[in-house]
Amino acid sequence: MSEIPADLRYRDSHEWVRVEDDIAVVGISDHAQDAMGDLVFVEMPEVGVVFAAGDEAGVVESVKAASDIYAPVSGEVVAVNEALEDEPELVNNEPYAGGWLFKIKMADSGELKEMLTADQYQEQIDSE
Amino acid sequence: MGHRTPLYDAHLAAGGKMVDFGGWDMPIHYGSQLEEHHAVRQHAGAFDVSHMTVVDVQGGDARAYLRHLLANDIDKVKAGRAIYTCMLNERGGVVDDLIVYKGDNDYRLVVNCATREKDLDWMENQAGGFAVDIHERPDLAMIAVQGPEARAILEKVLCEAGAKAVAGLPFFGFEYVGEWLIARTGYTGEDGAEIILPGIKAEDLWQRLVDAGVRPTGLGARDTLRLEAGLNLYGNDMDEDITPWEAGLGWTVALDDADRDFVGRAALEKQKTEGHRQLLGLVLEGKGVLRAHQGVHVPGGSVGPDGEITSGTFSPTLGKAVALARLPAGTTGTVEVEIRNKRLNARVVRAPFVRNGKATYKPL
Repeated sequence: MSEIPADLRYRDSHEWVRVEDDIAVVGISDHAQDAMGDLVFVEMPEVGVVFAAGDEAGVVESVKAASDIYAPVSGEVVAVNEALEDEPELVNNEPYAGGWLFKIKMADSGELKEMLTADQYQEQIDSE
Repeated sequence: MGHRTPLYDAHLAAGGKMVDFGGWDMPIHYGSQLEEHHAVRQHAGAFDVSHMTVVDVQGGDARAYLRHLLANDIDKVKAGRAIYTCMLNERGGVVDDLIVYKGDNDYRLVVNCATREKDLDWMENQAGGFAVDIHERPDLAMIAVQGPEARAILEKVLCEAGAKAVAGLPFFGFEYVGEWLIARTGYTGEDGAEIILPGIKAEDLWQRLVDAGVRPTGLGARDTLRLEAGLNLYGNDMDEDITPWEAGLGWTVALDDADRDFVGRAALEKQKTEGHRQLLGLVLEGKGVLRAHQGVHVPGGSVGPDGEITSGTFSPTLGKAVALARLPAGTTGTVEVEIRNKRLNARVVRAPFVRNGKATYKPL
């Protein structure tokens, strides 16, 4: 069983969001990292780029395959996790902590309501 | 549900993540492909390769038949040695690549599992006029034990005669110990052995290897290990439309005996005169991962891609992306690889990338 923290919001493409005031911290779920296998490379967005929700924001590559990462909410990228440059395995080892990918200053926090709750995300995984 | 090897339950017990592989339920990894990869480079790993197809060829014309069927010449090695070869179609394209274990009057072939049916059909079709018996051996299992410590551990784990065989075998040598075939062959670029044994004995050997500290290693690491070692994968690096010349396998084609008219010979001789593409190594200079089917641009080349990656991965040993790519003959220096609409520089090199745990590639 993969871990799905109840206090986060999720996208059907397996990103999670943790809200810290008007900042959305973005990562990929435990389920996603497990399905991908060992990550070896993360291509990050640049700080300052502005995304609309659903835009392609980056790529995570495992030994097996590459997967696109989508911006779960609209807004400006204000930080990226530079530790992943040398330690992409942090995403495997701590998907909800040290393995976060980037932070977005949210343009519209109302978009969060359209994301999945932990229970809804669990249902989606179960139906895959 | 796919086919299961005799080690299926052992894989589940070891936490194997099972995937479909050519119709077989096989472990892709047991938790971490990277850790398994490193275990083979630094210590020892065990692979279940029982899904591969073992075929025994016997009979009065077995030698003549195999000299007709195969592009390499089994006469180049003596009994007790293995030889790597392709079997070709009339166009010189590769039907499959295989290992032949040459006995005194008998031959054991190991061919790929994904190509099993067409291989067996092809071998039967080519047998007309030869007194040969072609006999598949689904009763046998196959375990590869690879890594710098592999043979030392096998010496402790096997029976006395088996241990003696493992200790004394030359590279690509093999010995029958009872029903077990013990060979100093492999697909990782490390020392080690492959053991073909009765299926009912496989679980016991596997358990003894694991108890002795050998790490169960899945098909994921098998692929990154073979690619680092510059070893081709059928279906990726060559297929029925690709000749050995175009797949970096010219060294497995024996043309010395002009009287030996093996299948595909005429087409190979023609292409050798006309020229052909080459399979070369690439090492990515920056960050990213090389993957099969990415386009490659050579300096002064055409607008579209001049070549294509046939196998690519992130090399855990080197910490950078490596690939095999089919490129115009004589390509050297730096090329550009198309990765998600960007062009990244890669160095053309001579594979293997890694042998015996160390970087071995040479810039071209």
